[in-house]
Amino acid sequence: MSKGAHNAQEPVCSAAPDLTKLKPYGDTMGDGKVQISFALPVRNDEKGVEAAIRLAKKMGVEDPSVASHIPLDSEFTMYIIYGCLTHSVDYTEIHVSAVNEKVMNMEAVENYIRERIGREVIFVGASTGTDAHTVGIDAIINRKGLAGHYGLERYEMVQAYNLGSQVSNEEFVRKARELRADVLLVSQTVTQKDIHIQNLTELIELLEAEGVRQDYIIACGGPRISNELAKELGFDAGFGPGKFAEDVATFAVVELAKKLTKA
Amino acid sequence: MQSKLNLDYALVAKARASAARVAEETQGFIEEHTTVAVERAICRLLGIDGTNIVGAPLPNIVVDHLLEKELLSVGAAYHIGNTMIETGFSPQQIAVEIDKGALDIAKLATNPPEMAKAKIAPAVDCAVKQISNNAHRRKKYLSEYGEKEGPLLYVIVATGNIFEDITQAKAAARQGADVIAVIRTTGQSLLDYVPYGATTEGFGGTYATQENFRLMRAALDEVGAEQKRYLRLCNYCSGLCMPEIAAMGALERLDMMLNDALYGILFRDINMQRTIIDQYFSRMINSFAGIIINTGEDNYLTTADAVEEAHTVLASQLLNEQFALKAGLREQQQGLGHAFEIDPEVEDAFLLELAQAQMAREIFPKAPLKYMPPTKFITGNIFKAYVQNALFNAATVMTGQKVHLLGMLTEAIHTPFLSDRALAIENARYIERTMRHLGEEIAFKDGGIIQERAAEVLKKAAMLLEDIERLGLFATLEKGVFAGIKRSRDGGKGLSGVTQKGEQYFNPFAKKMIGGPAV
Repeated sequence: MSKGAHNAQEPVCSAAPDLTKLKPYGDTMGDGKVQISFALPVRNDEKGVEAAIRLAKKMGVEDPSVASHIPLDSEFTMYIIYGCLTHSVDYTEIHVSAVNEKVMNMEAVENYIRERIGREVIFVGASTGTDAHTVGIDAIINRKGLAGHYGLERYEMVQAYNLGSQVSNEEFVRKARELRADVLLVSQTVTQKDIHIQNLTELIELLEAEGVRQDYIIACGGPRISNELAKELGFDAGFGPGKFAEDVATFAVVELAKKLTKA
Repeated sequence: MQSKLNLDYALVAKARASAARVAEETQGFIEEHTTVAVERAICRLLGIDGTNIVGAPLPNIVVDHLLEKELLSVGAAYHIGNTMIETGFSPQQIAVEIDKGALDIAKLATNPPEMAKAKIAPAVDCAVKQISNNAHRRKKYLSEYGEKEGPLLYVIVATGNIFEDITQAKAAARQGADVIAVIRTTGQSLLDYVPYGATTEGFGGTYATQENFRLMRAALDEVGAEQKRYLRLCNYCSGLCMPEIAAMGALERLDMMLNDALYGILFRDINMQRTIIDQYFSRMINSFAGIIINTGEDNYLTTADAVEEAHTVLASQLLNEQFALKAGLREQQQGLGHAFEIDPEVEDAFLLELAQAQMAREIFPKAPLKYMPPTKFITGNIFKAYVQNALFNAATVMTGQKVHLLGMLTEAIHTPFLSDRALAIENARYIERTMRHLGEEIAFKDGGIIQERAAEVLKKAAMLLEDIERLGLFATLEKGVFAGIKRSRDGGKGLSGVTQKGEQYFNPFAKKMIGGPAV
């Protein structure tokens, strides 16, 4: 078993990582350095520190050192721990489904629609269920967008409707039909006790029950949404943190063009 | 306090006068109407509480009965008084009998309003006394323990389970928090009733119920006694049940309430007529109970741009101030809101934040301003977030903000962990201690970036208020001036709960409470 950077029998002189045994990097290749912090519901004393060390070892951290232990209340303590991770993963075997091969910018999306679809594409988005947060759907749809990435309202050849927050799934489906949507966008911010999963599942079930699931390209987004999760729930794509209007637009127009060609 | 910004106070006065005229014009509409939520609040204050066998709150049962019989325009107070005369029941018994289907108020003989008023007077006095006792008790605690100087550190608990919330709140209080806000479960603002009892299931927050209020109040009093500090409790007096929650909060000695005149309209799509009527009675109760309200202007900046839309925050603060004064809230009870939400990529963003915060301080010198931390540009990089919060804390201390909402390094990831809150409090206390008098030591350069920015925001706000005065409040909301959100006069939720008052209508609490705080 590796002892990290301090093992004299295993000098580390190359900067090239072994991708079949990938592990965290602190300041030396293969050192496996990680930082962990958590709180335990016990008082701040030597026994608590030992408990934190044992937990870190169980996580696969070798030589854990408790850099700081901070009392949060009489019976709660926070620990900041550094150590070397003994686990590794084989990076060469990992395959993930990226939503888009290549993301088009706003102009490219507009041109793509003109050339491949030949009419305006209708997006309808909402923060559904009881979720009151609009920050996600606003970032994608509202004209201004976020962090310099313009929202769909600014795109030519796109009609975008932002229904806002706390839209019930029933209302959302009704509006989608009324507005003759091509693409449905669902934002979910509150994820406590996995309420978002329940709500997203309900939407797909509702669309399927009405026999209209195939009428739309459907994507969801939010801080805890991944493409994998979205697909598992029956969506066409999922967008997590750091994705902007162009990511969503690229996926949607490419899918729509494919769908129209098939039809 | 000496002005650091060299503000044009004639322009401030002009903007304030515009806001006052908008409030005045709207007030006529407010006084001609009541709502189901106002009437349910009156029922609660008269002692009607609890739920029926299927869990429907009894105040709803009574008000729905009045609505169904088309009796609401005279008001719940009259009918309860009249029914007491005719049946000899207490208000609570009346509710129970209506629920059983054993009592139809429409079938009773009607007595003159003066007799109904006299009949309910003891119940009215009882509620008023309980609320004023609460205000006295708060004052007694504060004079015994002393009031904290500098910002009040405000943290949230949001586990969904009131008992878990209490664990977190007690820990936060021991770490140095001054105000504990129990975030409500998502969706409660759109319920046209208030849930009942202690609750343990919520999403992104915990139901606001009177029992939950009572449990948290007791927990904070317990830690307060041990710490020799008065710990303030905050909840949300917003949504479709504004006046009812105000009544519950007043009865259980809450100290702060989110309570904005426009927030529900803009951000929860609640009908504007409904909200504007509801906010008035809710604020009247808050005023009498000595509660500090917090307004929601910070939310404008989470949807619209904080540089371009800063003037809408000031305009809305001036409107909120005037609506609050109308309901009897003193300036010292007006926690007008704003936020540190400028994009960190903007050059001199910190200077612009200082300008806005200092401007609010100088335009509302007596108000315990509520200052919100960055949220929109917190990304999940907790280490950077901790620095963003540190800058925010510095602006808070330098400009003398009062209600200091602490930013969490894990904003955008999850509702705060115990440890997140502890780190936030440590950050705030460190900055407060080490920068305590920095604001007093520095002056801003004449004609410099900060002064110019404040002048520009003030000028735009004054112009906007002039437009709003010309359009009237409802037409302004229809145009999408605030947060870029358009709302129609008859759209949104809750309009069916609005009723024009009949000639014999009376609200027995309005008269007792309008004089301002009980203490």
